[in-house]
Amino acid sequence: MTTRAAAVRPAPPAPTTARRRLRPGRLGVHAFLMTVSIAFLAPLVLAVYASLRPYDETSEYGYFSLPRHLSLDYYRQAFTDSGMTKYFVNTMIIAVPGVLVTLFLASFVAFALARLKMRGGLVLLMLFTAGNLLPQQVIVTPLYVVFNRIPLPYWMSDSMTMFDSYWAVVLVQIGFQLGFCVFVLANFMRTLPQEILEAAVVDGAGVWTQFWRITLPLCRPALAALGTLQFTWMYNDFLWALVFISDGDKLPITSALNNLRGQFFTDYNLLAAGSVIVALPTLVVFMLLQRHFIAGLTLGSNK
Amino acid sequence: MSFISGRRTGQRGTRRFTRRDLVVLGVLLGIPVLLDIAIVWGPTLASVALSFTSWDGIGDIKWVGTRNYANLFTNYPQFWPAARHNLLWLGFLGLVAAPFGLLLAVLIDKGVRFSRFYQSTLYMPVVLSLAVVGFIAQLIFSRDQGALNAIVGDTRTPTDWLGDPDLNIWMILLAAAWRHTGYVMILYLAGLKAVDPSLKEAAAIDGASETQTFFRIVFPTLRPVNVIVGVITVIESLRAFDIVYAVNHGRNGLELLSVLVTDNIIGEASRIGFGSAIAVVLLAVSLGFVVTYLVQELRGEKNR
Amino acid sequence: MSRRSLLRGAAVGAGAVTLPALLTACGSGPGGDGKTITLGSNSSDPVPKKAFAEAFSAYAAQSDGRKVKVNTVDHNTFQENINRYLQGKPDDVFMWFAGNRMQFFAEKGLLHDISDNWHGYKGFSAALKAQSSGADGKQYLTPYYYYPWAVFHRKSLFTERGYQAPKTLDEYVALAKQMKKDKLDPIAFCDKDGWPAMGTFDYINMRTNGYEFHKSLMAGEEAWTDKRVREVFDTWRRLLPYCQQGANGRTWQEAATSLQKRDAGMAVFGLPHPGAQFSKTEQGDLDFFPFPVINPEHGQDAVEAPIDGFLLAKKSKNLKNKKSLESAKDLLKWLATGKAEDIYLKSDPNNIAVNDQADTSQYSALQKKAVDLVSGAKQISQFMDRDTRPDFSSTVMIPAIQKFISSPNDVDGLVNDIERQKKSIFTSD
Repeated sequence: MTTRAAAVRPAPPAPTTARRRLRPGRLGVHAFLMTVSIAFLAPLVLAVYASLRPYDETSEYGYFSLPRHLSLDYYRQAFTDSGMTKYFVNTMIIAVPGVLVTLFLASFVAFALARLKMRGGLVLLMLFTAGNLLPQQVIVTPLYVVFNRIPLPYWMSDSMTMFDSYWAVVLVQIGFQLGFCVFVLANFMRTLPQEILEAAVVDGAGVWTQFWRITLPLCRPALAALGTLQFTWMYNDFLWALVFISDGDKLPITSALNNLRGQFFTDYNLLAAGSVIVALPTLVVFMLLQRHFIAGLTLGSNK
Repeated sequence: MSFISGRRTGQRGTRRFTRRDLVVLGVLLGIPVLLDIAIVWGPTLASVALSFTSWDGIGDIKWVGTRNYANLFTNYPQFWPAARHNLLWLGFLGLVAAPFGLLLAVLIDKGVRFSRFYQSTLYMPVVLSLAVVGFIAQLIFSRDQGALNAIVGDTRTPTDWLGDPDLNIWMILLAAAWRHTGYVMILYLAGLKAVDPSLKEAAAIDGASETQTFFRIVFPTLRPVNVIVGVITVIESLRAFDIVYAVNHGRNGLELLSVLVTDNIIGEASRIGFGSAIAVVLLAVSLGFVVTYLVQELRGEKNR
Repeated sequence: MSRRSLLRGAAVGAGAVTLPALLTACGSGPGGDGKTITLGSNSSDPVPKKAFAEAFSAYAAQSDGRKVKVNTVDHNTFQENINRYLQGKPDDVFMWFAGNRMQFFAEKGLLHDISDNWHGYKGFSAALKAQSSGADGKQYLTPYYYYPWAVFHRKSLFTERGYQAPKTLDEYVALAKQMKKDKLDPIAFCDKDGWPAMGTFDYINMRTNGYEFHKSLMAGEEAWTDKRVREVFDTWRRLLPYCQQGANGRTWQEAATSLQKRDAGMAVFGLPHPGAQFSKTEQGDLDFFPFPVINPEHGQDAVEAPIDGFLLAKKSKNLKNKKSLESAKDLLKWLATGKAEDIYLKSDPNNIAVNDQADTSQYSALQKKAVDLVSGAKQISQFMDRDTRPDFSSTVMIPAIQKFISSPNDVDGLVNDIERQKKSIFTSD
């Protein structure tokens, strides 16, 4: 993004958190929120707790019982047994280009729809929004057949076809997520003041400049928020990779988690440890971007 | 089709757009539109076609007319329960989880202390993946080893939370709501943060109670967020899949349309034609919502 | 850290990650030398994975320069994907099951005929050969090991309480009654995953109506509304009060755990299931008896013993190369020997070898008993989901059996449902 971006950033909404007196009602609110938070957190705590205990113990006494033996062994085992690093890299190969390209393309479409007032815009919006509502399973088979018939040179895919290559997964991720991003970004861009664009047009700015230099910087919060969401989704998705990749070494990390699940024996506590490790990156991304995330989701309420 | 209309609008606007603009528009609108058609719409139409065949994914494709549909409606015991469960899902998320998310957002937005803690905690389930939620359900609801039965403490006739077909859908809805509430909460929180505080202050000066202020002043300004929450709730309900699939592959009381599609298409069964017919039903329902939404949008556009 | 630097870092990171992957991909592909055999494995569990690795390295050690490159995908994913896998980019050799579940793919032309290999195979019974053959009479599978199903229990519990292994259904029910009196769950029971209860159905069916009926029922040639099928469900309903309640919510692991914890007295399982739940020190306490006799005419002739083995994928690109094909067949020849099975079973004692030249002297008492069970069998069935079409077993039978478990009284409605769906599936092509 350009350096000019910072200059045109919209002022953040006025902070409303002037400290108020503690009233009984406020205590009630706290008690309520605390209860709900604990209820929401409990399953996760239980999972972490299970991951620290040996399987024999939980199968003997159940998951809700006092610990006899706690250790981090499962984490080490989950990390080594499933070859997590390799699969994590695979996920990044899919998710990073996926998120970036999706955001770029979607923001341009949204820009064209929301800012240029073109005719036919509604048809486009319909095309993307409706496509976004389709269930994934609907499109699997035809895509598989097509991908299996598209040859790729060896340097692009060692399978020599689109099938069993990252290209297939990345493309489908992008195509499938475009709809949602267009929908959200178009909503966001509608709320930006049109005057800025008009001024730029008077100055003779072309479409590209209007988009890249003027509109996009204003959308940075929304892009950050969508980026977080999209990363979470692409990171967590397992269906596309399951269907379009046949080489076990190319699977992303969510699918690799299944490697901890056996044919004849699944150690649920090991799986718990693996799940915690796999969930960490998305949690960290959210924690880091939390503030921007909420600001960015401010999808055009009236000010 | 829409690609052409996109180009047509470009040509129509030549007085506004330079040649360079047209190239930019053509390329940067063309690529996503083509991608959307190639990845989403083309295969969808192909699926519609396949739903009239008996294809098994390997051999030749044979047309069978509407036989798959006839089978589906009369001859597939899981179909109607699945359709019912999808609607139940929509109702539960829309009427319970989403309002609850709104309530939480409003409370957090009051500027209480620890709001960062609350919002991260409540959002956390959203970032978890299928495997995690599925096996967390196992930890809690398992009849023999689960935490819930241990807390309830009934060891003689323990409740079979996940195995009883009258009960398990509600447990799964709870788990689904667990994820959905946080998502809705964060969206509303973002919306509320942007509401002009002077509006509320003005209302307070006029003597409106907090509840009145919220429903008369704040809520109407949240319309864009409401639309997004609505769309997301519909998507989540129609696409609902991963939780039940992780729990018991969506069987025995947990049938959902998407699971039936998966069972028939993705798995070893490979009843592509039949599975596609289920997918088309799902598609038709989705399109019903899309059309409703677009009609609304159109009206909104006119009023603007 | 600002968002911008974060994004830039991510982009650079992605580039750094992709580039070497693309560069290494430029080298010559595996198998191009005709000596590297790629092998698709569904054995993701640590124990069998290691056991297979040992077998393959033993193969590499004895052959001149040939080696096996394993592509492991977890068991369930492999199964879900088998159609796409075999049509898309399969490995040269892959692991799969015997019986109908293999014949289906043979019929579709996705498997390589290895009849010539079979001419040289020694130590396989006629039943094994039949299970390895397609409907066209050609062989496609090289069997490796199998695991019989039976009724498992703890030896110590039986001696402690003076229980006797029952021979007939009536004795079985009487024993169950006694266990119930002794405050045990007589029969550990589970069907959350959909397949475990199929074993019970198969056994009741084969004991009541015989193996031939099982086979033709699975082939879609008999009506499910037949009196004989109803009889199976009726007998099963007689047993249900003695089975653990809430089976549809219980994984087989939990069921096996209740056997291990002495909460339950018996359980119908395959050899590896309780084997995986019992700790090393308790393995010796595990015992089984064959599923009891129901109709004396059929006795205990049939044993359910699923066979796993190796096949060649027709669509593998390497196999077009004559040298690679030779290497792959050489691997199969080696895997078909008793010695090769010994190496595997040494690390994974929860199965038994199919080759009668395998060394059984190292077997545990339980394994030896399992060998006796299958060698005494007149017929060997595979398992419902291997003996019938995959679309029928997964989309019709799993829900049907689960429904039977939760509401066992409406057998008429159930078999009518099954029959209607069976007709539409078996006549669809």
